[in-house]
Amino acid sequence: MDNIVDLEKHFQDRIDAEQRIEPKEWMPDAYRKTLIRQISQHAHSEIIGMLPERNWLTRAPSLNRKAVLLAKIQDEGGHGLYLYSAAETLGVTREDLLDDLHSGKAKYSSIFNYPTLTWADMGAIGWLVDGAAIMNQVPLCRTSYGPYARAMVRVCKEESFHQRQGYEIMMALCEGSEEQKQMAQDALNRWWWPVLMMFGPKDDASANSEMSLKWKIKRFSNDELRQRFVDMSIPQIEYLGLTVPDSELKWNAERGHYDFGEVNWNEFWEVVKGNGPCNHQRLETRKKVYEEGEWVREAALAYADKQQVLRESSQHVA
Amino acid sequence: METAKNKTNQALFNVVLSLADSTLILSHRLSEWCGYGPVIEQDIAMSNIALDLIGEARNFYDYAAKLEGAGKTEDDYVYFRESKDYKNLLLCEQLNGDFAHTVVRQFFFDSWHIHFLDVLRNSPDETLAAIAGKSFMEVSYHIKWSSEWVIRLGDGTEKSKQKMETALEALWPFSGELMEATEDEKILIAAGILPNFEQLKTIWMEQIMSVLTRATLEVPTGKNTVQTGGKTGRHTEYLSYLLAEMQSVQRAYPGLKW
Amino acid sequence: MEKNKRDWPLWEVFIRSKQGLDHKHVGSLHASDAEMAIENARDVYTRRMEGVSIWVVESKYLHASNPDEEGALYESAKSKIYRHPTFYNIPESVGHM
Repeated sequence: MDNIVDLEKHFQDRIDAEQRIEPKEWMPDAYRKTLIRQISQHAHSEIIGMLPERNWLTRAPSLNRKAVLLAKIQDEGGHGLYLYSAAETLGVTREDLLDDLHSGKAKYSSIFNYPTLTWADMGAIGWLVDGAAIMNQVPLCRTSYGPYARAMVRVCKEESFHQRQGYEIMMALCEGSEEQKQMAQDALNRWWWPVLMMFGPKDDASANSEMSLKWKIKRFSNDELRQRFVDMSIPQIEYLGLTVPDSELKWNAERGHYDFGEVNWNEFWEVVKGNGPCNHQRLETRKKVYEEGEWVREAALAYADKQQVLRESSQHVA
Repeated sequence: METAKNKTNQALFNVVLSLADSTLILSHRLSEWCGYGPVIEQDIAMSNIALDLIGEARNFYDYAAKLEGAGKTEDDYVYFRESKDYKNLLLCEQLNGDFAHTVVRQFFFDSWHIHFLDVLRNSPDETLAAIAGKSFMEVSYHIKWSSEWVIRLGDGTEKSKQKMETALEALWPFSGELMEATEDEKILIAAGILPNFEQLKTIWMEQIMSVLTRATLEVPTGKNTVQTGGKTGRHTEYLSYLLAEMQSVQRAYPGLKW
Repeated sequence: MEKNKRDWPLWEVFIRSKQGLDHKHVGSLHASDAEMAIENARDVYTRRMEGVSIWVVESKYLHASNPDEEGALYESAKSKIYRHPTFYNIPESVGHM
């Protein structure tokens, strides 16, 4: 089977038969590229996503919240790591991927370019941002590339507490004082629309969707997942006694879904292009962290090299 | 008789609070690294240590609350005391600085912590013994982590060695406070509740020397008890900023549940 | 970029989740030496009590079978059905065997 057409057919047959593709197997170049782009984008999102929550970690209003939030942010770091590892099975190094992030070539989820302004944002992020992420991620546990699917199984398993801790923060606020309720409503107002943007552009404007669906990297379209998220969130918002910042939102009995207003796609594309409130800040922070860590990484390698030489010379003596 | 017992109880409360404060403040400092570590794997490692320490702190606060018997919670101690009421070691509140500073601070602390807990595990005070027993296992990992990093950075590159030397010099004056007994601690040592600090001092020094030697680093020459007072509430300038940040939400909206 | 800028080596991590079970591949990570790799594995892959034992091996020392040789490697075993206990007909009356 050396003819490219045969190879591609065999590949697509395996995908259609729900078989997982594993590292080192033959795969179309575009499949590999799409995966590297998507997995690394996902990994970067986890790492950058640590920053907005880190912003309130040191101000968490109880020891319990502090411990939970730290564990949660730490998990995000772990998820970034699983995903970088999955990407590395495709023949790129983490260093390459980070270089692309730092140069602005690689993207990450736009949601993390919004600021966290009050403690309630920790609730909104855990509940809504992680909730939307889970909705995107659960289907990825069955994505066609084996290492990615396995990383996602691990991620999803760990994420399950993230959303609950966020909702619990919101519940505490909504059961609290008038100021706390306002804080919760304000957070919902600011995060609702950006969260809906997390599902990506509308299906007819999504450049990568069609092939990704065919290759079963993706399993549902952006609009399908967005609708599902809205349907799921409304009862949760109602339970909290908060108001959705969308005047067009209403139940459509005929469709069996909520109708909702149009996302501000102009804002979406502006943030993607780098003009969101925190794009610059987030990226500069990551670059600085990476540069400041350089001497540590170098020193550890230098030490490992010396130890290696010592081991080898002692073997010669023996 | 009654007053002697009261005195011991008061001393015990102060010392437990001091242990709670030291582990909390160090945990807080480590948590400041979250998202800023030199490599993700180490970011995660530091968060793990911070989580262990916050767990230990909560156990101590819980015990302090029981001893005080005024119905306070851990959060009352953490969020509504000022700098002068905090009894943590000065070492713990020192700024993270660069990674070398954080590693050295941790190494000095762990070298004391592990041996302190090791003895405390057998304290006649059952609550202290139980807390120590749990944390001992966790801290065995902390000391491994910090010692290995001292060695890697000391025996790494010229640059890392130099940074380690700077950090050692900067933090050495704060390290003696670990083993310098306050009046309260003396009472508990005499009662056999706390380990003998003189012995701890010897073991600590042996640990420091052995690791620094492997790291090809020199033990700083000056006295290491130059900066003390944290355990009795006299702090460096850094603590009040840390508290201002940590307590800001609680202080802005007192009396609410979060 | 600097001349000798290089990543920490990549390590594959295998974890035994319970006494008596096999080690299972769980993922990979970067570390400058084996000791650090084991500790990182502990921090990264056992945060929820997933393990009692950790193996790490530097990824470059791991040799994998070639997926394109699937047939050559595994076809042969498929025809040796007599290796499986169900191949043999033993009367039930003789009891468990």
